[in-house]
Amino acid sequence: MITAFLLRGLDRRALVFLAVLAAVAVVVPLLNLATPAGSGLHIPSYAVTLLGKYLCYALLALSVDLIWGFCGILSLGHGAFFALGGYAMGMYLMRQIGTRGVYGNPVLPDFMVFLNWKTLPWYWHGFDQFWFAAVMVLLVPGLLAFVFGWFAFRSRVTGVYLSIITQAMTFALLLAFFRNDMGFGGNNGLTDFKDILGFPIQDEGTRAGLFVATAVALGLGYLIASCVVRSKLGRVLVAVRDAESRTRFLGYRVEMYKLFVFTLSACMAGVAGALYVPQIGIINPSEFAPANSIEVVIWVAVGGRGTLIGAIIGAILVNFGKTWFTGVLPELWLFALGGLFVAVTLLLPKGIVGTATALWRGRRWRGPAATGEGTLAESGGDAEPPAAAPAAGPAAPERAS
Amino acid sequence: MTLQVPAAVPLKAGDTLLYLDGVSVSFDGFKALNGLSFTVAEGEMRAIIGPNGAGKTTMMDVITGKTRPDVGEVYFGGTTDLTKLDEAAIASLGIGRKFQKPTVFESHTVWDNLDLALSGPRRVFPILFGRTDAEGRRRIEEILETIRLTHRRDALAAGLSHGQKQWLEIGMLLAQDPRLLLVDEPVAGMTDAETEETARLLREIACDHSVVVVEHDMTFVRDLGVHVTVLHEGSVLAEGSLDHVSADERVVEVYLGR
Ligand SMILES: Nc1ncnc2c1ncn2[C@@H]1O[C@H](COP(=O)(O)OP(=O)(O)O)[C@@H](O)[C@H]1O
Ligand SMILES: [Mg+2]
Repeated sequence: MITAFLLRGLDRRALVFLAVLAAVAVVVPLLNLATPAGSGLHIPSYAVTLLGKYLCYALLALSVDLIWGFCGILSLGHGAFFALGGYAMGMYLMRQIGTRGVYGNPVLPDFMVFLNWKTLPWYWHGFDQFWFAAVMVLLVPGLLAFVFGWFAFRSRVTGVYLSIITQAMTFALLLAFFRNDMGFGGNNGLTDFKDILGFPIQDEGTRAGLFVATAVALGLGYLIASCVVRSKLGRVLVAVRDAESRTRFLGYRVEMYKLFVFTLSACMAGVAGALYVPQIGIINPSEFAPANSIEVVIWVAVGGRGTLIGAIIGAILVNFGKTWFTGVLPELWLFALGGLFVAVTLLLPKGIVGTATALWRGRRWRGPAATGEGTLAESGGDAEPPAAAPAAGPAAPERAS
Repeated sequence: MTLQVPAAVPLKAGDTLLYLDGVSVSFDGFKALNGLSFTVAEGEMRAIIGPNGAGKTTMMDVITGKTRPDVGEVYFGGTTDLTKLDEAAIASLGIGRKFQKPTVFESHTVWDNLDLALSGPRRVFPILFGRTDAEGRRRIEEILETIRLTHRRDALAAGLSHGQKQWLEIGMLLAQDPRLLLVDEPVAGMTDAETEETARLLREIACDHSVVVVEHDMTFVRDLGVHVTVLHEGSVLAEGSLDHVSADERVVEVYLGR
């Protein structure tokens, strides 16, 4: 039963993507570690970190596409789940600092000593253990999403209203995490990490390892999302997206389906945040900024909503553009992003992948079966986007912004 | 020993499939249903007619749990109080509904539309790992034949004609295998040929299901040849054969006379 479920998720598009991702996960660290710094093939460490960051964003975008593209839940607060996963990882990394902090306190992180706290707050206990932090990375965003979804979906909050309360949620968390007495480092957040699982966090080897871990997480996330959307449950999700009350009158408890996919998606976003923090080296409340969550939606729209692969491509392309733009014309970036969103909405409403798929289909079957165009969540899924190798090649020479 | 039957024994104790008594619904003071009472027997096909705004769709909303009545009783199968249940629970009891405006899942194929409607598990995890078995596929094939859409099985529902969408939705009702089908204005916007075909389809369905069909089209109702309930301003005006109600002066006044 489970095997059949997994096999259904592995169509050709998924296999091609996973193969490309695996190649990237091998080649990038190899070119970073095994080639001399002067060599033309060498990938510098900052670029590895930058690419790792893109892959984290890709996983976040994937989680948004899963709910928005396939179930019509437009979350404008997914940055919150990302940030919570990041904080859970950050708490582990803080506890690893031990006596190496400025104040040399073996238990309390520096900011607590600074605030004259004498004991570790209860919610910081356990975070010295990696496994505990890893569980929290899934549990905290998952639980918040579950509770939030329980109330929102059961009271049948949908559409714009749901989007607005997700914004309110991330904004409320932003304000809460800014407060020093919350015990998460206030507006400075958590930083100055030393090592992870005993490996120095600044080491080239550790960074390459984190990059590989991110690629693996993205691959797994894609596989899970792909299996879910190709299962019968995935078809129920699309049914909810297209005709919610029809689905109800067929006997499906729509709120349970939404709750399931929303929680799953929040867990994926949490993992993305957890992998992001050790590579970037800091987590602070600005990650909860409502604008961040909106940006994720733009990545998905650019890549192509309801295609999974499009979310990944969109996240990588837009962030690549952002890195380049903020290096050349930083003050214009927001306008460029806004312009891009408008342009995509008007010119490529199905996004890059959706449009490419439609073109590809049109060319292949100009025959009798070509009725109605449904790029979203088609069950055949044998068409491929033109080879858009994500994250291949060296990144633009800008620092991680 | 004689059994003293209390005078207040409700009709629901009897063998009705659907029982409505004194049902009222108001929207901002406007009474869409006003003390509506009627029953449908197991195996019966009933046509409900009435002018626009008579409350026909609202009645279906009440039966399927979309709207809660302000007062009144709604029982299914004699014992189940429908006013306490939500849409999904009522659907699982075996009440299927076709909307006035055809509502199918446009980005799914005809086959997938029927597959989703097919009676079976409705809970998240069985659905996640489950797969339609051979028996289910056989039933889908059968329904495709009945609704004359076998040749369009792999087409997206979005590409169907208006009439075909109506039939697909009726097919989805069949796939649910409900005890009671509620069909709201199935022939609105159909060509004459399609209307005839739909009447045939409904008569076929009525052989082994109970059906309540709301319709405006008198020729169509005549084609069905069943008992008719006339609704007016949220309550029953007359009931009986089409000839019987057509002879009723009040019915002629509010409805047929126009
Ligand atoms: N949700 C609602 N809010 C306000 N008024 C409604 C609502 N639903 C129906 N009505 C009103 O109730 C009356 C009955 O509507 P309806 O049941 O749709 O009539 P029918 O289906 O017989 O044409 C109409 O006058 C309609 O305007
Ligand atoms: Mg109506």
